[in-house]
Amino acid sequence: MPTSTQTTVSGPAGAPEPDSHPKSGTGQRPKAVVRPGDRIFSAATLIAGILILLILAGVALFLLAQSKDTIEAQVNDPSSITGGNGFFSYVWPLVIGTLISSAIALLVATPFALGIALFTTHMAPRKLAPTLGYVIDLLAAIPSVVYGLWGIALAGSLTDFYLWLSKWFGWIPIFAPDANGDVSNTGRTLLTASLVLSIMILPIITSLTREIFLQTPRLQEEAALALGATRWEMIRMSVLPFGKSGIASATMLGLGRALGETMAVAMILSPGLLTASLVVSGNQTIASEIAQNFPEAAGLRLSELITVGLVLFVITLLVNMGARAIVAKTSVKGS
Amino acid sequence: MLTTTNNSTTTSRTLTSKQLPKATPWVVAVASIIVAIIISFIAFGGFNIPVVAVLAGLINVVAVFAISASYEGRRKATDRVATTVVTSSFILACVPLISLLWMTISKGGAAISFDLLSRTMLGMKGVLDQQYVAGEATIAGGFYHAIVGTVLITAMACIISIPIGVLTAIYLVEYAEKNRLGKAITFLVDVMTGIPSIVAGLFAFALFSTIAGFIMPDAAGIAKTGFTAAVALSVLMIPIVVRNTEEILRLVPMDLREASYALGVPKWKTIVKIVLPTSVSGILSGITIAIARVIGETAPIMVTAGFAKALNWNLFSGWMSTLPTFIYDSQLRPVSPGDAALASSERAWAAALVLVALVMLLNLLARVIAKVLAPKAGR
Amino acid sequence: MSKQIDIKDLDIFYGDFRAVDGVQMQIKPRSVTALIGPSGCGKSTVLRTLNRMHEVIPGASVSGQVLMDGNDIYGAGVDPVNVRREVGMVFQRANPFPTMSIKENVLAGVRLNSRRMTKSEADDLTERALRGANLWNEVKDRLSLPGSGLSGGQQQRLCIARAIAVEPEVLLMDEPCSALDPISTLAIEDLINDLKDQYTVVIVTHNMQQAARVSDKTAFFNIAGTGKPGKLIEFNETSTIFSNPEKEETENYISGRFG
Repeated sequence: MPTSTQTTVSGPAGAPEPDSHPKSGTGQRPKAVVRPGDRIFSAATLIAGILILLILAGVALFLLAQSKDTIEAQVNDPSSITGGNGFFSYVWPLVIGTLISSAIALLVATPFALGIALFTTHMAPRKLAPTLGYVIDLLAAIPSVVYGLWGIALAGSLTDFYLWLSKWFGWIPIFAPDANGDVSNTGRTLLTASLVLSIMILPIITSLTREIFLQTPRLQEEAALALGATRWEMIRMSVLPFGKSGIASATMLGLGRALGETMAVAMILSPGLLTASLVVSGNQTIASEIAQNFPEAAGLRLSELITVGLVLFVITLLVNMGARAIVAKTSVKGS
Repeated sequence: MLTTTNNSTTTSRTLTSKQLPKATPWVVAVASIIVAIIISFIAFGGFNIPVVAVLAGLINVVAVFAISASYEGRRKATDRVATTVVTSSFILACVPLISLLWMTISKGGAAISFDLLSRTMLGMKGVLDQQYVAGEATIAGGFYHAIVGTVLITAMACIISIPIGVLTAIYLVEYAEKNRLGKAITFLVDVMTGIPSIVAGLFAFALFSTIAGFIMPDAAGIAKTGFTAAVALSVLMIPIVVRNTEEILRLVPMDLREASYALGVPKWKTIVKIVLPTSVSGILSGITIAIARVIGETAPIMVTAGFAKALNWNLFSGWMSTLPTFIYDSQLRPVSPGDAALASSERAWAAALVLVALVMLLNLLARVIAKVLAPKAGR
Repeated sequence: MSKQIDIKDLDIFYGDFRAVDGVQMQIKPRSVTALIGPSGCGKSTVLRTLNRMHEVIPGASVSGQVLMDGNDIYGAGVDPVNVRREVGMVFQRANPFPTMSIKENVLAGVRLNSRRMTKSEADDLTERALRGANLWNEVKDRLSLPGSGLSGGQQQRLCIARAIAVEPEVLLMDEPCSALDPISTLAIEDLINDLKDQYTVVIVTHNMQQAARVSDKTAFFNIAGTGKPGKLIEFNETSTIFSNPEKEETENYISGRFG
């Protein structure tokens, strides 16, 4: 293509003219050309590509530029940062809250997502399957703010369940009631937020794994069935091994989504200090900390929130790269 | 081997094996739910949905396995348990999703009116909401300004990201040939796909407030405009467009490009006249999906365009509202506190209905485009 | 129309790998030349170097000369796009453009090369090209329907019509019948016989009977083993190759005692 073409094309201008015969004007005479159309077009696409590089560099750079005040404050006077103990003690609980909620969301969502994907690809009645898949895709498209709205409306009805949890499983720190032996009476706790998060990432993981499962080579499936395998044995023999790396990457993408998901948590959680218990009010995630405070923020506070955003950016970046590494490893093994 | 797979006592090979009647799984499922409810009443003194659900699931699995194993054999029983688990996880997962859709339709449908669609929140006072909740007046306010904002900001985001996204995809597929730049771009598009939406918003805000800071120190506030929001959305939209377009372009058979080259058609013309027309339906439907994705974004808008109460047609100055930020703002910061917050909540649900309908419509449109514009074999 | 092709010391590389080694051939105008040989011997590769289509594959390069009536198509300043306008090509699998009608497919090469045509010129050219490809009678009533709706053999003839519509000097065919049923194959073979009145035709085929039926001269390529370059073993009159070949290797191959 162009590389090899250009090496031969870019010769001296005085190329030997072929003693070509006159022919109905299709302009066949070979001439030394670098076609302007090609040049313009490839340049345009190249510029677009480079623009993407610039945007990404810009994201990191401008976030850093706006974090300058925070960094200076951290160096000169840590007590001026929210919380009064410097930036790290401010951001630490947020990071923990983010990780906990994402982990719970992932733990809850992944098995269900696999179940739905398997059901719609291999178990549902043939006629129904495409429709179900389409519905899942539609659900993946519902804006998170609507999930948030829905979560708020339903949070209250979870308090009974939380009370029950704290009564029977209160000895586990994450279900412990507060000092008065009570749980959040609005239900707007980190556990609620995590559950809504899990429902939000469910369609995304599902539609990704669904695609993978659909790509299982028919021949492999039929080979398993022809050996007398039951449906479940067929799935274990051909579908799941084939989809292994796909499932891993879908899960990781779901995790990335959960980490950065702002609105559902920002709307549902009534934030507070970091606590181990998930059924009482408290805890906060990075994204919702930004969303809840940004509109009123100014000066150093604004810079702090942007710095927190930078932290989130780095975390998601690490998770995504980790995901890619895992996928690269498993897919090499799988092949 | 057949004789070992089924538990039939015969030693000769048979093709038939004992099978449970077709309705068995359903009968067992219903029975398990009833048993679970009974246990819930005895042990916990009431009907507790989560407890019943968990118990019913467990009882069902155990019962199915026991019945099937005793009658059909272990392998068949395992198969049935797997089917049961998968099916019930599907049904269980559908419950919240259906509840969400139902709530949006019922709550939003009850609240929505032409007035809400055609008015803004300009001059909105808490008293009006209190009167409405007390039944003395009809609901005030509306989200016309948010609809306008959504359309303008999304349109601007499209203007920025579609050319960049499509051209980048063309570069990656047609020109990059696995060179280093191509690999770098692919990697960074991957990274961009994972950028949390709020970080995209912060980036756009940081970008424009840095620029604004150079022009006018201490005027970072003017960085919050509809255009800033559009840039934030573009950061989210570009990778989706690149991904979708790239995937579609790679589906265009190499044959067609070669056929065109063999006719003496230059490369760029081959791309413009052969490759793009062949894949136009896929590209457009991918773009529509991307629009549907970003149109519902809240976080990047609220940090870049603020919350406007009035209509603003100017992308380049002043705050703007979109449907998602309107929903967020109405729900969390109602015009009137207390009982009258209900009015704000109703407006939020009405806006949510419009937003969900819009997203669904875009998704449907993507399907239609993919079907209608696809090259047909006219036999 | 129709040109003579002289291939001199042609080596073909994929990256560092030498795929074909030292080909010498002289292909006469208005003749059909068949390239035969086992899979992987480089015959398709040689064919593709005749209109520089091998450059579509990243990393492919050649050394040596390919002269069309004395002009080196690898000479300095030669634009492969112009070469391809002179040297048409038909592929293994019929590949009509799916977005275009039958007529648009025929005119694609001319239109995409931005030549303006009046409607009557376009109609004339369409008819001439389709008649040239023995397809006119079958499709004249449905010129505006998509080309992908035709049968496999018709699609392949449509591709031939598309190739000859740009009025090339040389026509390359890369196993044009390998995906077709015997009846369609016969139609294409008849067409090849007609085409040689106007064009220099070079055809790659796996089917030795086909080579015997359609070609005037035959070139036999072979490969010593995987990883070794393909070589031109023998280039001779078709009748000689199939009745009384000079090389034993050729004899073994055509008599089925391959190896």
